[in-house]
Amino acid sequence: MTDNKILRELIYQLADDNFIHSYRGSEWLGLVPHIEEDVAYSSITQDTMGHAYMFYKLLEEMGEGNSDELAHARKPKDFRNAILLEEKNGTGTYLDNPDYDWAFTVVRNLFYNVYKETQLESLKQSSYEPLSITARKIETEQYYHLMHWKTWFMQLMQSTEEARTRMENAIRRVWKDFGGVISQGRYADEFSARKYIEPEEVLGQRCLDKLGELCKSVDFNLEGKPGMEKGNGRNGEHTEDLKQALETLSEVYFSDAEASSW
Amino acid sequence: MVTAYEFRHLSEEEKYERFMERIERGEKIEAHDWMPDDYRTNLIKLIAMHGISEIMGAFPEKEWVPKAPTLHRKLAIMAKVQDEVGHGQLLLRVAEDLMKPLGKDREDIMQDLFEKRLKFHNVFHMPAPTWADAAIIAWLVDGAAILTQTMLLKTSYGPYGRALKRICQEESFHAKHGESLVLALASGSDYQRKMLQEALNRWWEPLLMFFGPRSAKEVGHSKVDVNIKYKIRSKTNEELRQEFLTKYVPQIKRLGLTIPDETLRFDEDKQQWIYKDPDWEKFKQIINGNGPKTDSRLKLRRDSYEKTAWVREALAKYNKNRMLVG
Repeated sequence: MTDNKILRELIYQLADDNFIHSYRGSEWLGLVPHIEEDVAYSSITQDTMGHAYMFYKLLEEMGEGNSDELAHARKPKDFRNAILLEEKNGTGTYLDNPDYDWAFTVVRNLFYNVYKETQLESLKQSSYEPLSITARKIETEQYYHLMHWKTWFMQLMQSTEEARTRMENAIRRVWKDFGGVISQGRYADEFSARKYIEPEEVLGQRCLDKLGELCKSVDFNLEGKPGMEKGNGRNGEHTEDLKQALETLSEVYFSDAEASSW
Repeated sequence: MVTAYEFRHLSEEEKYERFMERIERGEKIEAHDWMPDDYRTNLIKLIAMHGISEIMGAFPEKEWVPKAPTLHRKLAIMAKVQDEVGHGQLLLRVAEDLMKPLGKDREDIMQDLFEKRLKFHNVFHMPAPTWADAAIIAWLVDGAAILTQTMLLKTSYGPYGRALKRICQEESFHAKHGESLVLALASGSDYQRKMLQEALNRWWEPLLMFFGPRSAKEVGHSKVDVNIKYKIRSKTNEELRQEFLTKYVPQIKRLGLTIPDETLRFDEDKQQWIYKDPDWEKFKQIINGNGPKTDSRLKLRRDSYEKTAWVREALAKYNKNRMLVG
């Protein structure tokens, strides 16, 4: 594979992670526990979509095609996001009988954002300069996002018994597929050989150490290695949840073949 | 000027007189100032309704947030709806300060909403079945809201005026966003233009209703007169509706759209717009909680509120523990 193709594989992972993660966040609009959180979470979701946009733009500049087409018109098998991030927030849809799990959302957001922070720190040193510039831009917002989810995590872990039980269940659930977030997919060795990003094992361990410490501070032990039960999204393996998400995200985009702009 | 001590010893009538003198002088009333009961209750009603309308206003657009057709449009509508929720939060805080002496808080606002005691704007009871509806909402519903909110900027209640100042600044971005959405559709394919025209047809009557009835005659009651007496507001519903028509009718026509009212014309002699009155009986039904989307949107809000009750309980416990430790 050419250098260019390898590099694009990595940037698709970054773009698709942020795109899908932002989508799951936007489904919570109007449904979160209180109005102040609605203001905060929808701001984070918007930032995250902005991050996806920056990564898709990098791909566009590399000749991959129009960024809107990349976001809206690819097949699920071409997506490179982690499966954990495509998982539904709960049963129902965002418009019809949503039964969403706030504990799962807090834990998924926290765990992913700890990884994202680790990832961005590494990307700042990337041999591909546009990537390191983008990582620096994102990092300023990332700091606040992470702080937000840490606050939720710490508070819910140290409150009522019910909240503790829900949170522990959510951690176990997220843990089952968190391996797919850390994975860099089948080209991992090529990424680090070209110094686009540090090796999967190094970043992964750094992220797990941070998470281990966070959990320990609220008397919870993360045991064993995180799993990848539903498959590896980095290699194009996905679930029905992604297919449905993409149908929603591109519904208007595909609604009129004649439309030249929106 | 009387001192605070002297003021406390005035009779209710004298306090009222002093209050009205302040209103007449154009002074701003603050949260902790003495105010007549009906000033307070009217403000609570107006501001809580305004705040909760912003909150419920997120729902018609919520559907289109993930579906927005390009990355730019996604970012713009996300920013817009986030602003609206922020406005709702800001306004509810103003209402909550007014409610405090009555022993009421956010929980009462939410329960009043769920039980349909707290009303919200007619437009947010309506369906928004296509992307063009999101465009019309951003352009014309926000455009109508800017007119009412600009009028309210001079309100006699200081905290409301200050909240509105920030809101108006953000709303002008929303109207630009709406304009851009509408322009893209109006200059687009047949399908896009048709979608836009149909959305305008759906929204025209709700838009005219948005400003409220001309007088109490149409719906049986109105707070407009009291609100004008207290300088909470400065224009009547009809004056605002006329402003709206003057501003938007030419713009809508320039886009090549047809306004679904054949009787609509500007009467040069009277210097006013003549239009087909919306169905005020229908309006009354809608704001009393019987609009086409009222129940499903309230259900979304109520169900999610109930399902996340454990989170609010957990936060209360956490904060209580922290206060005990700290």
